[in-house]
Amino acid sequence: MGDTKIVIPGDIIDTHTEDSDQTILRLGPGLIQTNDDTRATTAGVLHSDKDNTQYWVVSNKRRYVPAESEPVLGVIVARHGEGYRVDIGSAHDALLPLLAFEGATKRNKPNLALGTLVYARVAVANSLMDPEIECFNSKTGKAEGYGEMAEGLMFKCSLGLARRLMDSRAPVLGALGAGVPFEVAVGLNGRVWINTASPATTVLVANAIKNSEFLNAKQCRQMVKELLEKQ
Amino acid sequence: MVVDIGPSNIETAFVLEALRKNVRVDGRGIYDYRTLRISCGPTPGLAEVQLGQTRVLARVSCEVTRPSPDRPTEGLVQFSSELSNLAAPNLDASSGGRVSAQEVAISRMVERVIRQSRAIDTEALCILAGVKVWAVRVDLHFLDHGGNLMDAAAAAAIVALRHFRRPDVTVQGEEAIIHDPRERNPVPLSIHHTPVCVSFAFLGALGELAVLDPSLLEEQAQAASFTVTLNAHKEICALNKAGGVPLSPEQIQRCTQVALTKADEISDAINAALKGSSSSK
Repeated sequence: MGDTKIVIPGDIIDTHTEDSDQTILRLGPGLIQTNDDTRATTAGVLHSDKDNTQYWVVSNKRRYVPAESEPVLGVIVARHGEGYRVDIGSAHDALLPLLAFEGATKRNKPNLALGTLVYARVAVANSLMDPEIECFNSKTGKAEGYGEMAEGLMFKCSLGLARRLMDSRAPVLGALGAGVPFEVAVGLNGRVWINTASPATTVLVANAIKNSEFLNAKQCRQMVKELLEKQ
Repeated sequence: MVVDIGPSNIETAFVLEALRKNVRVDGRGIYDYRTLRISCGPTPGLAEVQLGQTRVLARVSCEVTRPSPDRPTEGLVQFSSELSNLAAPNLDASSGGRVSAQEVAISRMVERVIRQSRAIDTEALCILAGVKVWAVRVDLHFLDHGGNLMDAAAAAAIVALRHFRRPDVTVQGEEAIIHDPRERNPVPLSIHHTPVCVSFAFLGALGELAVLDPSLLEEQAQAASFTVTLNAHKEICALNKAGGVPLSPEQIQRCTQVALTKADEISDAINAALKGSSSSK
């Protein structure tokens, strides 16, 4: 796992190993193969596994590009016959079919108002079609936390912070959880939903998470401690 | 093409619920401004104002032109603003040179504030009466829309105007010689006073909850907005309320009182920024 290397779009990555002809190279996010070269397409830090067969770029941006099976938070902007159109922050609004909810049938369809916040999973995402999302796990048919969010606060953050928050061991979430009870839903489209018992606590939790982006674990715990003491 | 969808229902509900308990979403006090950062230069007439997440860049330029026939001894001051989706992803980029309604509204407001308060001496912009005057142009670029574009834009415009230097002119009879800035130092514009805008948002069905310097979420959830323009001499230059629910005289009075203190703070920040940039030249 070599040293960290910062790359910008267009940089050529040296992926040669001893038996170049035999190994299969896996290019992860942010890399593309052009003729014989491997080039970076986003700005970020280049990572590779220890055998140097897998490469990927970790980048931090704010504009979301939908990818299948990622959880996202979206706002309903329109309702069509077949489903809702939901804004998830990507270039095109996503389609949420009316039947993509737990227990939905042709007779029993959900009735969500415009402006409702929903937690959903990206079902279809490619560069050719508008993305599609669903509010349940299509294999089990259960909601599993997806669906309408009835109250609370949502705020926007960078994609990198959202990815780190998805890890349940994220230091800021652990430090906050030890001090106040709260509910959180993280959308990988850079949106986070929080709910607690009182507005003041919700604001505290939301601001703590926003502030934690560039802090390491120890600084996170210190910041949360100071915020909770001031309350 | 994405249109402005506004916040989700629960966000609007949360802002109101929190405000009823005197809590603002970013943890500020009801009458607290966000952090204000003003920077000028390096070119004369270039100023950037950062108010929390909102960022506005103002650029002043000038050229010689014929005056308007009904005002032959006055120069011209023109404002233009650009509000593209650089500022926020849901804003429509003005297509094909056609200006969007929001752009017109903001540049018109800033123009009113600076022109109606007679901050700039337009007679001092005259070179030869009826023949040649200076046309000063202020371009506002909105880099980030974090709410309350008005206060940031007005501050950026007035800082840029005070920072700007126009070429020196010598008039001999019917001839005017415009000196190259490399030969003779360019001179500042004649500015009488520094108007400062202080904006409030009123939330709730009847607009009963007032906040100073609304963030984007508060602005989207507001029922009415109100801007007071003042200067350091405690003179009210303009009051602006466009649309929204009606406000009572007590609310207006209270806002004006708060605005008096806040305008002083902003004026101090503007003066400090201008002093800082001129001493470093």
